[in-house]
Amino acid sequence: MAKIKFTLNNKVVEIEESPTARLLDILRDKYDFVGVKEGCGEGECGACAVLINDKIVNSCIVPLGTVEGKSIVTIEGFSKTKRHEVLRESFEEEGAVQCGFCTPGMLIASESLLNTNPHPTDEEIKIGLSGNLCRCTGYNMIIKAVKSASKKGDGLW
Amino acid sequence: MKDISKSVRKVDSLIKMSGEAKYVSDIKIDGMLYAKTVRSSKSKAIIKKITLPVIPEGYHIIDHTDIPGKNFVKIIFEDMPVFAEKTVSYYGEPIMLVIGEDKNIITDIISNIEIEYEEVTPLFENTNSAINYHFTKGDSNKAFKNAKKIIKDDYDTGYQEQLYIEPQGMIGYIEGEKVTLIGSIQCPYYVKNAVISILEAEEDQVRVKQAVVGGAFGGKEEFPSLMACQLAVALRKIKKPIKLIYEREEDMEVTTKRHPAWIHMEAAINDKNEIDGLTAKVAIDGGAYIGLSGVVLSRALIASTGAYTIDNIEVGGDVFLTNTVPNGAFRGFGAPQMLFAVEMFIQHIALELELDPLELRLKYLAKQGDATSTRGKFRDPIIMNDMINKGMEMSDYKNKVKKYTEQGIYKGIGMSWFLHGCGFTGSGEANHIKALVKLQKDIDDKVTILIAAVDMGQGVQTTMKKIVAQILDIPLDQVIYNKPDTDLVPDSGPTVASRTIMVVGGLVARATKQLKEKWVDGEAIIVSERYKQPEYIKWDEDNFIGDAYPAYSWGVNIVEVEVSPITYQVSLVGIWSVYDVGKAIDERIIMGQADGGILQGVGYGYLEVMKNVNGKIQHKNVTDYIIPTTGDTAPMETFLMDNPYPLGPYGAKGAGELTLVGGAPAVALAIENAINKKVKSIPVTPEYIMELMKNG
Repeated sequence: MAKIKFTLNNKVVEIEESPTARLLDILRDKYDFVGVKEGCGEGECGACAVLINDKIVNSCIVPLGTVEGKSIVTIEGFSKTKRHEVLRESFEEEGAVQCGFCTPGMLIASESLLNTNPHPTDEEIKIGLSGNLCRCTGYNMIIKAVKSASKKGDGLW
Repeated sequence: MKDISKSVRKVDSLIKMSGEAKYVSDIKIDGMLYAKTVRSSKSKAIIKKITLPVIPEGYHIIDHTDIPGKNFVKIIFEDMPVFAEKTVSYYGEPIMLVIGEDKNIITDIISNIEIEYEEVTPLFENTNSAINYHFTKGDSNKAFKNAKKIIKDDYDTGYQEQLYIEPQGMIGYIEGEKVTLIGSIQCPYYVKNAVISILEAEEDQVRVKQAVVGGAFGGKEEFPSLMACQLAVALRKIKKPIKLIYEREEDMEVTTKRHPAWIHMEAAINDKNEIDGLTAKVAIDGGAYIGLSGVVLSRALIASTGAYTIDNIEVGGDVFLTNTVPNGAFRGFGAPQMLFAVEMFIQHIALELELDPLELRLKYLAKQGDATSTRGKFRDPIIMNDMINKGMEMSDYKNKVKKYTEQGIYKGIGMSWFLHGCGFTGSGEANHIKALVKLQKDIDDKVTILIAAVDMGQGVQTTMKKIVAQILDIPLDQVIYNKPDTDLVPDSGPTVASRTIMVVGGLVARATKQLKEKWVDGEAIIVSERYKQPEYIKWDEDNFIGDAYPAYSWGVNIVEVEVSPITYQVSLVGIWSVYDVGKAIDERIIMGQADGGILQGVGYGYLEVMKNVNGKIQHKNVTDYIIPTTGDTAPMETFLMDNPYPLGPYGAKGAGELTLVGGAPAVALAIENAINKKVKSIPVTPEYIMELMKNG
C-alpha cells in the first residue's frame, strides 16, 4: 500500500492503495467514474482511455503508482468542457454513436489528437483513432465527426 | 407530411457520450457479491472427483446440485446443461460458480479447486450429425443426368467472433422468492423463460431487465440465458445481489461464435451452357451442443441459390457436434457462409465455361414472381437490376474489373449480390413467437411503447419513437420507450433476425393507428396488437416447402482492394453499397448499419482469423483476433432505394443483417480479381494468398 496523490478531473485527490492496482479499477471502483470502460484489459481496444497530462493512455495497463503527481481526466471530467460540447455535436450530427461502449474512449482519443493537431487530415485522424476499436460503425462516421469538430471548434484546440 | 427517413438525433447519444449510460458492469448494488466461473480444462472427460479447498466464511460454491429444475438452458433442445454434472463436452464448459465479496479471494479459491478427470477421446471431425435437413425444387436428378458438364467446387469459412466491445455480463438480486436479472442481452423473454425453467419458478417470480447494451451482433441472443440461469440458481441459494462479468479472454474462449462451414457445390450445365441444376451440401460445426445451430443451418440452406433463381436444385446439410465451444447466433445467421459459397461458385462457373461472369449472373438474377429456393414466391418487386447498375456506376466497376483482370497489377474489385429473409425462418413468427405489443397513453397524453425490443446500438429506441410520433403527429419527446423490463412489457419477441422494425415496428405502427382512432385528450388508453401471419404465407416446416420468409431485403456490395505483391497483405481501397430495405425509418441510422455491417462482413472475408486447436480457441483477445481498425477501413458510399413493403411500417423491411451478409464474397471476389486465382476459403489471409500464388 502507498499513498498516491494526483489530480482527477481537476480535483486533487489522495488515495491509499497498492501502487500496482490498475488505474482503470481505481477510477471505476473507488471514484465511480464508470464512463471509463473495460473492453479488453490488455491496452488494445481503447475503451478505458483517459487523458494523463493531456495525452491519451489506456488506463487498464497503467499501474496506479505511476500517476503520482499527474493530472487525469476521464470522460466524466472531459464532458464538462466546451471541446466535448463541440465534439458531441459533431458525433451526433454524423451518427458516430451506436452502442456507445467505445464512445467515451473515442472522444478521449479525439481530444488527445486535436490537442496535438487541431486540423488533422483524414489520414491523421485514422492514425489518431487507430488504438480505439469500434465494432458498430465501421469508423467513417467517427472520422467525419472528428473532422467536422476540428472545423467547428477552430481556435478551441 | 414530412418524410420519416429524414434523420433525427438519436435519443440515447448524449448519455453515451457523457459516460453516464449505465452498462451492466457499471451497475452497483449494496452488498453485491462477485461470481466467477470454474470451467473444464478438458475437451471431453468424465469428472471423477472434485476436491474443494476450505471455503472462507461468506464465499460460496454453486453447481448442478443447487439447481431446482431440470439442468438445461431452455432454448430449443434440452441439450446444454447450466452446470456440467458427470461429464464435460468442451474445453471451457462451466462446472461451478465461485461467489463472494473479494475477486482476489475468489481467484485464490478457484486456483485451489482440484478436478480429477478421466479423459475420453474428443471428437473434432464432422462425423456426428445432430441435425440433417434436405430439400429439393424442380428435378435436379434429371438436370444432372442430362448435363453436358458438371462443375464442382468446395468452399469453407472460418469462425467469426462477434467482438461486441462490451463483454458479456449479468447482475441479479432477489426479493423474497422473486429473482431479478439485469443484463447485456438481446432477448429479455428468452432469458426469462430459461430462468423460469431452471428454477421451476412461477411466471411472476422472474423479472428480466435490459441494461444499456454495448454491442451484441447475435452474441447476446442465446448465450446470456446460460449466465442468467447460473446466477438465478446462485441468487436463490445465497440471497444476496451477485454480479457476473466476463473478461475479454473468457468471453472469447467460451461464448458462441459464427459456425465454421464447409460447402460442396455442384452445377449441371446443359448443352446450351446454361445452369440447369444445382446442388449444395453444407456442413456446419455446431460445437458441443446444438443450441440454435439447426435454425442457422436452415437459413444457410434456404440461401443456397443466393440472389439467383435456379429451377432444379437439391440442398442438404448437417449440424455436426464436436467437442468444441458451442457456436450460435451471429448477424446473418448461416447466410454469410452460404452467400460466400454461392457468389464464388457462380463466378467460378463462368470462368470454367469461359462466359462473362456479369452476363451469367444477370441471366439467373431473381425476378418478381420467381419461385424461391423453397418453392415459395418472390411476391414483391425486385429492383436488383437498378441497384446493380447504380452500384456499378458509383464504383466504376465495369472499367475497373476489366482493367484489373488484364493488367494483373494486384488491384481488384469484387461485387456481391444478395438477399436476406426478414424475420424468423418459416412459421417461427406465427407459431413460436406470436409477438404482442402495447401502447399506453397516460392522462398527460404521453405515449409509452411497451415492447421487448432491445436497443443494442442499432437505434431502435429512436426509430420506434419516430414511427409512433409521426403517425400521431406529436413531438418525439412525447413518446416514451424505456429499456425493456419483463414486468412491464409484453413479449414482442427477441431482438434478432432483422425482425425488429419490420415485424415489431409494423405492430407498433398498427397499434399507433388504433390509438389515433381512439385518442381522447387527457384520457388514459391502452391498445395492443398481436402478430398475424399474412394468409398467403404458407410454410411446410418438415419439407422446406413454401415461403420461408414474408419479405426479403436486397443488396449489392462492391469492394475494391489492393494486394501487396510482397507480403500479400490486403488493403481496402473503397466500398460501395446499394440496399433495398423497403424504406429507411431513419436514413442516418441505416447508413450507420450499412457502414458497420459491411466492415464486419468484409473483416470476416479477409481479416478475422479464429481457430481452435484440439478444441481450444487460440485467439483470445483483440491482440490476436484482429478486427478492422480505423487504419483498415475504407471510404464507403451507400445508396438506399425506396421500395416500400406493404406490411412494414412506412414500408420498412429488415436491415440489420443485410448489411453484413454480402461483405465477405465482395472482398473475396476483389482479391480473386487482384491475384487471378480462385478463392475458395475465407478469411483470405496473406498466408492463403501465398498458397494460392504458389499452387493455385
